[in-house]
Amino acid sequence: MRELLNDIDRWQADGKRVAVARVVDIEGSGPRGAGAAMAVSQDGEVSGSVSGGCVESAVVSEALAILAGEQPSRVVTFGYSDDEAFAVGLTCGGIIHLFIQPLEW
Amino acid sequence: MNSYQTFSALVRDNSPVALVTVVDGPSVGSTMVVTPTGVVGGSLGNADIDRVVSRDAIGELEAGRTLVRHYGPHGESTPEDLVDTETVRVFIESFSPPPLMWIFGAVDFTAALARVAKVLGYHVTVCDAREVFATRRRFPMADEVKVTWPSPMFTENGHRLTSRDAVCILTHDPKFDVPAIQGALATSAGYIGVMGSRKTHAKRLERMAEVGITSPADLARVHSPIGLDLGGRTPEETAISIVGEIIATRTGRNASPLGASDGAIH
Repeated sequence: MRELLNDIDRWQADGKRVAVARVVDIEGSGPRGAGAAMAVSQDGEVSGSVSGGCVESAVVSEALAILAGEQPSRVVTFGYSDDEAFAVGLTCGGIIHLFIQPLEW
Repeated sequence: MNSYQTFSALVRDNSPVALVTVVDGPSVGSTMVVTPTGVVGGSLGNADIDRVVSRDAIGELEAGRTLVRHYGPHGESTPEDLVDTETVRVFIESFSPPPLMWIFGAVDFTAALARVAKVLGYHVTVCDAREVFATRRRFPMADEVKVTWPSPMFTENGHRLTSRDAVCILTHDPKFDVPAIQGALATSAGYIGVMGSRKTHAKRLERMAEVGITSPADLARVHSPIGLDLGGRTPEETAISIVGEIIATRTGRNASPLGASDGAIH
C-alpha cells in the first residue's frame, strides 16, 4: 500500500471516493504475495497491482461496484478451483483472495 | 486525523505499523492501526477483540509477517472457545521500515547499485571518506550520502543493521575495505559483499588475516568477489548481479536458471 499513498491522497483531495483491493491470501503459485494492493478511484483511475495483470480489470469492476454500494466490502476470490467461477483466473493456476473495501476508515 | 491519515503518516515516516482489517465476520471492513506500542487508531468493534488482536498484531509486526488470523467475536482464540461461535477473519498487514543498504566507495558502480537498490525498496546510504566524491550531486538517488571512514560509521550506526540489511564495499582500496569488512562483520547485516578482481580478493584475504579475520564463519559471511556470475561488465549489469546475489543469499537459493531445475518456484 506504501506505493499507493500519493495517488490515494491526490484523489481524496479532489473529493473522489477510493476503494482499496489487497491480496490477503494466495494458494499455490501466485505472482504477488499477501499485501499486494491496488487502489481504484470512483472515476475508474487505478494505482498499483495485485497480480501479473491477470485479474486487474476484474478487480476494477468489483471495486467500482463496491464503491457504488451494489456490493458489500468482501473477500473476492479468483482462481480455477473457485466454485463461483469467475471468468478470470491466474494463468499460473494459483488462487488469489482479495479483500476489497471503500477507503472509509 | 482519521485512521487512514494516521496510518499513511506512519508509513511515510518509515515507522513500523500494522494495518488490521476484519475481512469476514460481523464487523467486516472495520480497521485498526497498531504500532509496537499499541493501538493508535480505529477499532474492530469491541474492546475485547481490540485487546487480543492488537497484542497479536504487535507480534506479527515484530516478525514482519502479513497474514490472516481467526478469532471469535470477542477475540476468542483457543479452539474450544471457537466452537459454535461466529468466526471473525482478521487480515494483519505489517509495514516494516525499508531494509538498509550501506555502500562504501563513491564510484560509478555505486550510482548504478544505488539506483537498483532503490527499485528493490532499500534505504540507501553511500559512504566515502573523500569529500570531493561523496556528494549529493553525484548520488541524487541515494537517501543519504556520508563523508566518513568506515570505522566511525560502524561504531556509531552498526547496531541498526539487521539480517534484512546489506553492506556493499566497492572501494577496492585495502585501507578502506579491510576496516569496512571488520566493521560489517561486527554487525548482524544479512549480506556483506566486497568488490574486486580475483587477484584483489586474494590479496585482501591476506590483509584480512593480518587483522585476525580468519574464522570460517566470518569468511563465509563475506561475499567476495561481490555478485553473481552473470558475465556482465557495465556498472548497471554489475549492480543487477549484486542485488541478485543479495536475494539469493536471503532465500538460500543457488541462483541457477529455473529452466534447469524442477520444484516450486516460490
